[in-house]
Amino acid sequence: MKEDLVLPAAREAAADTPPEPLLEVSGLVKHFPVKGGFPIKRTVGAVQAVDGLDLTVHAGESFGLVGESGCGKSTTGRLITRLLEPTGGTITYRGRDISHATRKQLAPIRSEIQMIFQDPYSSLNPRQTVGKIISGPMEINGIDPEGGREKRVRELLEIVGLNPEHYNRFPHEFSGGQRQRIGVARALALEPKLIVADEPVSALDVSIQAQVVNLLQKVQKELGIAFLFIAHDLAVVRHFSQRVAVMYLGKIIEVGDRDSIYTRPRHPYTHALLSAVPEVTLTEGEAPRRERIRLAGDVPSPISPPSGCRFRTRCWKAQDRCATEEPPLVRLAGNRDGHLTACHFPEEPTTGARAEDIVLDPALTALEEEQGG
Amino acid sequence: MVQFILRRTVGAFVTLFLIGAATFFLFVAAPSDYASLACGKDCSPQRLADIREALGLDLPLAQQFWDFMSGIVTGRDFPAGHCSAPCLGVSFYSGDMVWSTIMDRFPLTLTLTAGGAVVFLLVGIGAGMIAAYRRGTLVDKVATGASMVLSSFQIYFLGPVVLTILVYSTGWMEDPKYVPLTRDPVGWFVGMSIPVCVLATIFTAQYTRMARSSMIEQLAEDHVRTARAKGMSRRYVFLRYAWRGSLIPIVTILGIDVSSMLGGAVVTELTFSLQGIGRLAVDGAVNKDLPLTMGVMLFGAFFILLINILTDITYAWIDPRIRLS
Amino acid sequence: MTTVTKAGGAPAPTGPGGFLSVRDLQVTFSTEDGPVRAVDGLSFDVDRGRTLGIVGESGSGKSVTNLTVLGLHDPLFTTIDGEIVLDGKELVTATEKELEQLRGNRVAMIFQDPLTALSPFYTIGRQIAEPYMKHTGASKKAAWERAVEMLGKVGIPNPAERARDYPHQFSGGMRQRAMIAMALVCDPDLLIADEPTTALDVTVQAQILDLLKDLQREFGTAIVFITHDLGVIADMADDIMVMYAGRAVERGTVDEVLRAPRHPYTWGLLNSMPRLDSDLATPLEPIPGTPPSLLTPPSGCRFHPRCAFRDRVGGDRCVTESPALAPGRSSACHLGAEQKRTIFAEEIRPRLG
Repeated sequence: MKEDLVLPAAREAAADTPPEPLLEVSGLVKHFPVKGGFPIKRTVGAVQAVDGLDLTVHAGESFGLVGESGCGKSTTGRLITRLLEPTGGTITYRGRDISHATRKQLAPIRSEIQMIFQDPYSSLNPRQTVGKIISGPMEINGIDPEGGREKRVRELLEIVGLNPEHYNRFPHEFSGGQRQRIGVARALALEPKLIVADEPVSALDVSIQAQVVNLLQKVQKELGIAFLFIAHDLAVVRHFSQRVAVMYLGKIIEVGDRDSIYTRPRHPYTHALLSAVPEVTLTEGEAPRRERIRLAGDVPSPISPPSGCRFRTRCWKAQDRCATEEPPLVRLAGNRDGHLTACHFPEEPTTGARAEDIVLDPALTALEEEQGG
Repeated sequence: MVQFILRRTVGAFVTLFLIGAATFFLFVAAPSDYASLACGKDCSPQRLADIREALGLDLPLAQQFWDFMSGIVTGRDFPAGHCSAPCLGVSFYSGDMVWSTIMDRFPLTLTLTAGGAVVFLLVGIGAGMIAAYRRGTLVDKVATGASMVLSSFQIYFLGPVVLTILVYSTGWMEDPKYVPLTRDPVGWFVGMSIPVCVLATIFTAQYTRMARSSMIEQLAEDHVRTARAKGMSRRYVFLRYAWRGSLIPIVTILGIDVSSMLGGAVVTELTFSLQGIGRLAVDGAVNKDLPLTMGVMLFGAFFILLINILTDITYAWIDPRIRLS
Repeated sequence: MTTVTKAGGAPAPTGPGGFLSVRDLQVTFSTEDGPVRAVDGLSFDVDRGRTLGIVGESGSGKSVTNLTVLGLHDPLFTTIDGEIVLDGKELVTATEKELEQLRGNRVAMIFQDPLTALSPFYTIGRQIAEPYMKHTGASKKAAWERAVEMLGKVGIPNPAERARDYPHQFSGGMRQRAMIAMALVCDPDLLIADEPTTALDVTVQAQILDLLKDLQREFGTAIVFITHDLGVIADMADDIMVMYAGRAVERGTVDEVLRAPRHPYTWGLLNSMPRLDSDLATPLEPIPGTPPSLLTPPSGCRFHPRCAFRDRVGGDRCVTESPALAPGRSSACHLGAEQKRTIFAEEIRPRLG
């Protein structure tokens, strides 16, 4: 168990300025209607992609959002950047409710909240030069930086580690990692206060991934930009985010500072997630054993999520109460400040090996019993 | 699936009604008056009014439209006699029942379409698949090259060339003509063989190319590779795994081609001086013959919608993802 | 023991010996821009019951290698040189018929994306039964029963019913289970798994990896496991081969390669990968630059343009001379054995936390 090491720069920043909420999301809901029926098509149900989500991002911090596919983390990102219209709840940016703001009302805020996408190939227009791509947002927002837009673009290229001479090149002349850098430069063009990064490194090879993670870290620290960092890779999120929220089927089931989530998790799902990450152990000799939890089956459909606690159908601790009563996201006894868990029967705050592995997968149980494991 | 077909059928009827309405009002709105055309140069107002009354043009527009549409379902009485359902009215120009005129012409169009489709499907898809199976070999190159050349031809070019060779200069065959199948099967076959073959040749070329590229695309699919990795033979994988997927784009295009051909193959009919539905449509438009034009339009639209539904059913048969969703 | 080949190329004495043995494999694709050598002089062995993990980034040639083992490359655009010997049988020169007898029978494959790797047109049961009928001559009914049995074994609930389903009716994890059932239906001696869990969620990945390990114990299958994820390889493999730009750069047992790596590229991978227990005060140290184009690979050591330790090698050997990968535990690098040890111990290891 290592102490959470907050980098010096971040610690100072946190000490000087009391964390001011930059973005506050409360009770956020997004349902996508499902059409069907006969003889007239109508809405017969809804994919409950995001269903009652609360989170706060402070100025300059990196807030990580992890979860498996279908948990609603990408939808959340799109709601916050208002690429999607929320079904319910409020999104407050610097004290202004933007949940249902019109295009016009959003215009001044658009430049402050930027987005970086997963796929560096499809999110850049192949017919535009890099210069045009990066200066595009400035043009749209009518921003004329000192010394002209071209000068600013060259500066941005420099910041993201690209050659400013490549101003006139096209996206296809760059590699995947470089294209992601272009995406970052574009996001930085308007000097945003918040960047929503949706799986920004998951399409990249390991060695390139590290380059982009370092770049984002530099941007966050040196320019003081807050990040909502959405990813499925728990190790990358741990590396990048000071606070982390774990999502499951449209809800946050646990949120807290990095150290709490990664070394003192309380929600059984957080335990299962962490235990499932395959790890390289570098320690010589016998490594400290981690707990082994193997869930059964896949995540249930978000069209008809389980009643009560959504994780109960795959949880080893579930009891009758879990089916009837939805656990609130609260601070449990022994948790640090800001470490909230939504669970009726929380786990011990450790990730060390248990006396007995938790294996819920029937195929694994059968095979392992047969082999006397 | 049954629900799906029912829903599509209801939708098709609504669409037909809308097409009818659109045709009707466009035609009426057009600046031409059939009555004054029919009346001729020295037309007295009285005579004009008589003609109008005889044609039903004196009634309000909505009434005219309603009479037309309801006639399709229930039949209609005209001064000339009863027109039983489906009644598409009486031609202004010839005074014949539109439905029976269409039915006179339809066998020819059907022969052209069905005959052509059988030939171009068998030969085209067959050649395309062989070319894909033997990709890169001489067979493939010949098939690809030939289809490239042929598909750039047009019927009005290839038709006269074939006619010149087989009919006018050598006299080996007679001018194409339509003889009803029921009366003289041999005459039907011989009479229609040139147009059907010329039409089919051009389509064959297109279908060869399409089948080949669609097949090559399918052969690169992951699941086809999986089947090969299971030890299935190349031929088995080709015929069972790749072929099914390659049908989907072919069925799409086939649906469009066949429904437009059933609505009348104007160029083919003109090239070979045949009297099919396409000719009828041209006549209707040229003569400003409202009932005829509407009849042909609705008849063609009916096939487009019918074949659309059939295409969707075929998709469902090919692909369980569509069937079971 | 898998990758250990005694000097002289003789198989390791323990067990039945190199069940799959690849020698000096070269795979060249002809492309519009010219020939691309995707795999260049690759040699390795896999023993029965062992797992060889092949790790590398995109374009390293790791997947290509394994398609060639089964002869699944497109012969129109591919040239293959070298030897692939499976249980004494040479595969590069084998006829299509002979390869068909092996595929799905003695050597099976699992692919990355189970949705596209299964045919959407046939039921899961039929797709599993098919190779069983072909390779064992079983009747349709017997093969179906076998398919249901295999589905049960890999943990599909209600296998008799679910066998009649189509792949799109399965969830992602279940599809990969069905894929595994299909691969193991004829009890193969060698299973090639190409990024089998990359498309899956982490909790499902853990289930599938454990399932593969448990099934391997039961069936005694040799596994070649291809992945870009060092964590997965650490979990699955007995032996590791690291590939870079079409060549193997390091090999050894899992412990050897991950705890005492000897190649600068392996160091780079470890340095650039965040771990759940890594020290957060140390930033990641990415490998500079990007992987080379295989159209014009760098001369000498292919890693030299991105290598931070080039200047520790005397002269310009890195640029002129391609370092060889000796059989057994070894790394293809011009640094001396002692240099490698000290660099790792003093400069790399402390950074990793």
